[in-house]
Amino acid sequence: MSETVRIIGKMKESRDTYTLEFKWDAPAVPGQFVMVWAPGVDEVPMSLSRVGKIKAITVKGIGEASNAIHGMQVGGYVRLRGPYGNGFDIKKGKKVLAVAGGVGAAALMPAIKETGCDTIIGARSGGEIVLDDVARKYSKNVWISTDDGSRGFHGNAVQLAKEKMSQKDYDLVIGCGPEVMLYYLHKACKEKGVDCQLSLERFMKCGAGVCGCCMMDDKRVCRDGPVFSSEELDRLSDFGTRKRDECGRIVEIR
Amino acid sequence: MGFLLRDLHAVAMGRLEISFGRLRLERPGMVASGIMDETGDSMVRMIKSGAGAVVTKSIGLAPRPGHKNPTFTEVEGGYVNAMGLPNPGIDLFAEEMAVAVRAGPVIGSVFGSNAKEFAELAAKMEDYGASAVELNLSCPHAEGYGAEIGSDPKNVRSIVSAVSSSVDVPVWAKLTPNTSSISELGRAAEDGGAEAVVAINTLKAIVISAELRKPVLSNRFGGLSGPAVKPVGIRAVYDLRGALSIPVVGVGGISDWRDAAEYILAGASAFQVGSAVGTRGPKVFGEINRGLEMFMSDHGYGSVAEMVGVARE
Repeated sequence: MSETVRIIGKMKESRDTYTLEFKWDAPAVPGQFVMVWAPGVDEVPMSLSRVGKIKAITVKGIGEASNAIHGMQVGGYVRLRGPYGNGFDIKKGKKVLAVAGGVGAAALMPAIKETGCDTIIGARSGGEIVLDDVARKYSKNVWISTDDGSRGFHGNAVQLAKEKMSQKDYDLVIGCGPEVMLYYLHKACKEKGVDCQLSLERFMKCGAGVCGCCMMDDKRVCRDGPVFSSEELDRLSDFGTRKRDECGRIVEIR
Repeated sequence: MGFLLRDLHAVAMGRLEISFGRLRLERPGMVASGIMDETGDSMVRMIKSGAGAVVTKSIGLAPRPGHKNPTFTEVEGGYVNAMGLPNPGIDLFAEEMAVAVRAGPVIGSVFGSNAKEFAELAAKMEDYGASAVELNLSCPHAEGYGAEIGSDPKNVRSIVSAVSSSVDVPVWAKLTPNTSSISELGRAAEDGGAEAVVAINTLKAIVISAELRKPVLSNRFGGLSGPAVKPVGIRAVYDLRGALSIPVVGVGGISDWRDAAEYILAGASAFQVGSAVGTRGPKVFGEINRGLEMFMSDHGYGSVAEMVGVARE
């Protein structure tokens, strides 16, 4: 499904990260993503940071496409495809811990809003922490970690998550962030005996489960993911190790 | 009694089993080229899902990123895509083939800009264990390849002929519907030594965004696939079956057993499924197999071969 919608809000989240809001009726669940068209530049997958009648994407400026999206203004149009993929599967009453690395917080925000779960947001330094203000509206416990110690816990998000899992009883960890972080988060959850669901990312073309360019082992990240269960992650040999480029060539990531 | 015996025979042999040319497949539906077939593991998954064979992504001589995104969009009745033949190149593809061929029959799809390139690529696919090669003479959105050369019967004939004389496996020609006479292209393929033709590739198409006032795909034009093209594909198969003596593989908008049956009754000896892998998932092959088997049983067909072209009589 595709739709061209008007942008109704634009917020600066940090030096290099913006949220764009639009009114869009398409049904969506926490963890799903959309393909966002930057005309003349590119089209890229972006997690929805809001999934209600008003939806949003929160985009860090890291390249041509994201910078073009930053250039979009309130009142202008944006063409979206989706929402695509499987979101988080969170049973009622479960004690959840959300663990975000950097702008990965965007993909977790709708689940944090729905569950009010404890939340960790980590980044290299304090200036890169985003959406903690939004998380605080819905959850009592929002903890920050920074690699340089400039804000909150001095260390990375996985180290902090391990501490919290030792102190409190959690049923489920949900996570999104750089893949190396997620790889260690998955390991940490297994060590602590806590179930997890993590949102992964790969280069995508169709987004709709057709072309097969975002395969991890025999799974399509766009359609069988982007959220994978702990057991699925156990079986994905590509997780944390390999990805494929636009040509379909294998690239080692660690 | 005669019916019962034939029925038992069909069950023992596998009612869905087909053989045409020198190829025998346990199930008549294949994954169309370009659909979850760029990696070894994804091809294995499709065969396990019930596909009789997988046709690989079209592979060329060198790694190629394809067109920039957007390369794909949904439209009413299907998809329009202009992937632009992304692929890792024939040498790296050896690793993917090594994984895939262990699971079942793999048809190697290749694209080149001339007969020599096609022959070289096809020979490598044969070395990798491909059960047949499918020549992409019909991609509508890559400059210098596909339909740009495959719309001319002379090219079709010379390319098929060059490949046929350099490989031992069956050679199939995938034809473009973006032509005034697909039968003429089919005859050229048959004259060149093709053992089957595959029809159709996508219909050339453009999608415009009204609000943003420009074509959506980065390549501007692409190819339409999905339910919207089914009647076009069936017409092509119907015509080709009448014009040729080699088998026709039908493809275009098949999403359930009834679509598959329509193609077979129009003259297809086998069929391929593409877009429905997106809309229905890989399980579409199992669904089609079960439905087709039930239809055949209900209508007294002991084999797919008995159904081929029945609607033409």
